Amino acid sequence: MSTGDDQPTISTAETVASSALDAGKAKKKRSQFTGNDRKVFLAMVGIPTFIHVAIVWIPTLLSILLSFTKWRGNDISEIEVTGVENYDVVLLGAFQGDTIQAILNNLWLLLFLFFGPTLLGMGLAYLLDKNLKGTRIYQSLFYTPVVLSLAVVGFIWQNIMYDQNYGLATWAFGGGDRVDWLGNQEFIFSIGNYGLSKNFLAILMAMAWRHTGYIMVLYLAGMKSVDAALRESASLDGCNEWQTFRHVLFPTLKPINVIVVVITVIEALRAYDIIAILNEPRNTELLSHLTTNALIGEGADNIGRGSAYATLLFLLCIGFVLWYVTNHYKKQENTV
Amino acid sequence: MTAEFQQSPSPSEVGFALGRRDVLKGAAALGGIAAFSGVLAACGGGDDAGSASGTIRVGSNYSNELPNAGLRAALDSLPNDDLTIELNEVDHNTYQEQIVAYLQDPPDDVAPWFAGFRLQALASQDLLLDISDVWTDGLDDVLSGGFKQASTYEGKQYFVPWTYYSWQVHYRKDVWADLGATPPGTFDELLALCETLDAAGVTPFALGNDGRWPAMGTFDQINFRLNGYQYHVDLMAGDESWTDDRTKAVFTEWAKLLPYTQSEPNGREWNDAAQALVKGEAAMYLIGNFVGSEFPEDEADQLDFFPFPVMNDEHGLDTVEAPIDGWVVVANPDNEAGAKEVVAHLGTALAQDAYLSVDPSVQAPNNNVDTSAYNALQAKSAAAVQGAKNVTQFLDRDTVAAFANEAGQGIADFLAGGDIDAILADLQAKAETIL
Repeated sequence: MSTGDDQPTISTAETVASSALDAGKAKKKRSQFTGNDRKVFLAMVGIPTFIHVAIVWIPTLLSILLSFTKWRGNDISEIEVTGVENYDVVLLGAFQGDTIQAILNNLWLLLFLFFGPTLLGMGLAYLLDKNLKGTRIYQSLFYTPVVLSLAVVGFIWQNIMYDQNYGLATWAFGGGDRVDWLGNQEFIFSIGNYGLSKNFLAILMAMAWRHTGYIMVLYLAGMKSVDAALRESASLDGCNEWQTFRHVLFPTLKPINVIVVVITVIEALRAYDIIAILNEPRNTELLSHLTTNALIGEGADNIGRGSAYATLLFLLCIGFVLWYVTNHYKKQENTV
Repeated sequence: MTAEFQQSPSPSEVGFALGRRDVLKGAAALGGIAAFSGVLAACGGGDDAGSASGTIRVGSNYSNELPNAGLRAALDSLPNDDLTIELNEVDHNTYQEQIVAYLQDPPDDVAPWFAGFRLQALASQDLLLDISDVWTDGLDDVLSGGFKQASTYEGKQYFVPWTYYSWQVHYRKDVWADLGATPPGTFDELLALCETLDAAGVTPFALGNDGRWPAMGTFDQINFRLNGYQYHVDLMAGDESWTDDRTKAVFTEWAKLLPYTQSEPNGREWNDAAQALVKGEAAMYLIGNFVGSEFPEDEADQLDFFPFPVMNDEHGLDTVEAPIDGWVVVANPDNEAGAKEVVAHLGTALAQDAYLSVDPSVQAPNNNVDTSAYNALQAKSAAAVQGAKNVTQFLDRDTVAAFANEAGQGIADFLAGGDIDAILADLQAKAETIL
């Protein structure tokens, strides 16, 4: 079993076998890893790491490097280093307006997902956790949209809800008039030249349709696993409904909360498909659209500018990831 | 009639940079250039056959069934048994996206492309073969001047026109007869007509600008009617300014039409706007001839069009917007003589008739094509383009694709009631960055 092991170790076939049986003991000493263990360990960590670095980090770094160049995307010898010119154009120059509006839209999306679908999903989960009659039917109804891709959600809402003449939303809220849900780029409220446009809000509603069910299922699963004794003791202590939720149920849902925060942030930063499928109505552009528009298509001879947008998006992502990782692990260490 | 407009005028087909939907569709299907080739043995055997021999590879992005069959029919009609033609079919959108990379190391000798600015963009990068001799050896005699202009870069020809259609103000004859309306000759008459139609309870202009390409057509018409062909071309190339008073005048004139245009066009798809025309809710629709595909078969003969009216006597009706598709020869073909013979053949009435017999949704540029097979609308569109002094392609074919995207957004902002000066300042800044 451990042939070819030139490191002197105290391990024998027996101890390896016993350590496999007793995982707790195996932790004790590093030296209990045999050569084979080490190889397996290296392979298990090394291969995924290698793949990860090769297909994630190397392209990421190359993309960041490309953001300081001008390139049409054809011959590598045509790459021309232009320093921070792309960032100048994107942040201060001709494309400043697009960039600011796109970042704002990403922000609206994030805030909306937190205060709309997340709270709604949590509320629905709380209600459905009460074992209402027909709870499975409600669960299925709320959950069904989650199995659809956002692109499909976009098509459904475009044709069924937001059709200018015959859409359900037009029928319900239009007062007999035609409503241009997806084309109306006016701001509901504005900050200078930027703001939250009506058509973006319409798209947010469509996203909520799907996201709420997602959040609901996560919380529902969490609530189902809460020990009934906790609630019982809470009610014995005279807690009312809100106090039970706030001080007993919610704290025990902490792992779910963490997952929901992560999912929501990821969803808000990576959103692309639903707006793309709707032909990117004006004022609904996200950073991901500015990136792809500069990179894909015949007009996409701006690899540099596209990479600059991508780098901005990357900075937002990595900022969140760093914050999350430091906080999460710090807390874990503190609680240990 | 529906069958006669089989070629779906999706944004990418009319030359829009790339429909977002198509990106996703493309991603859903197999990505990359999925190419497969079929060998077409050239048949026929006229005595006047060319002298070239060998194998010629022809790239084709005619992925729709009818255009593809038409192309095969046209290539089959090549009267030279010594030339074998291999057709290399490539995905339409992928081809457009990767055109520059494709031409740098071309697998083919002859390739499809668009006339005008996007042709010149490739010619200026030395990616295409000068085929002026093909023109002097025959095409000059059978093609009108507008087509030559659209095929030319710095005095040399790089392109053989193949098919086209035109952008016109379409209307329904029966609806107009009921309203007592007649096509206006000048912009003032158009405004007066709009007033009359509006009072009669009909929306004068249909417009659906979803995807941000349809309204580009209106901008083009007003710009070259008002400021002339040369100004339009220079503006598209970045040689004139968007903040120029002449450019601003395009938008102030256009603004006069907006009260008479279907409101909130940005969220409406072009074919929904076409339905307003079909149903008689709207009286006019400035769009490509492909609007005929939206008409029920038994009502198709009611469709007619007139050219966008005169705005400036200096320019009259001298320009027609007619996107032209055609063929180029790559810069260093393996078989230059053969490639030239094939593109020369594709410019002949023989080849273009063979194409039209399979796909009657477009018109063919050769003066000698059998126009008796045209329907009334095809014939009228053909006459308008043949008689034109200048032919424009379309905003997104007349400028860099990246800038066309930005122009589309500026026009959408204008239609949504945005401030013209702010929009034009923004467009000028982007033009300076991109062009």
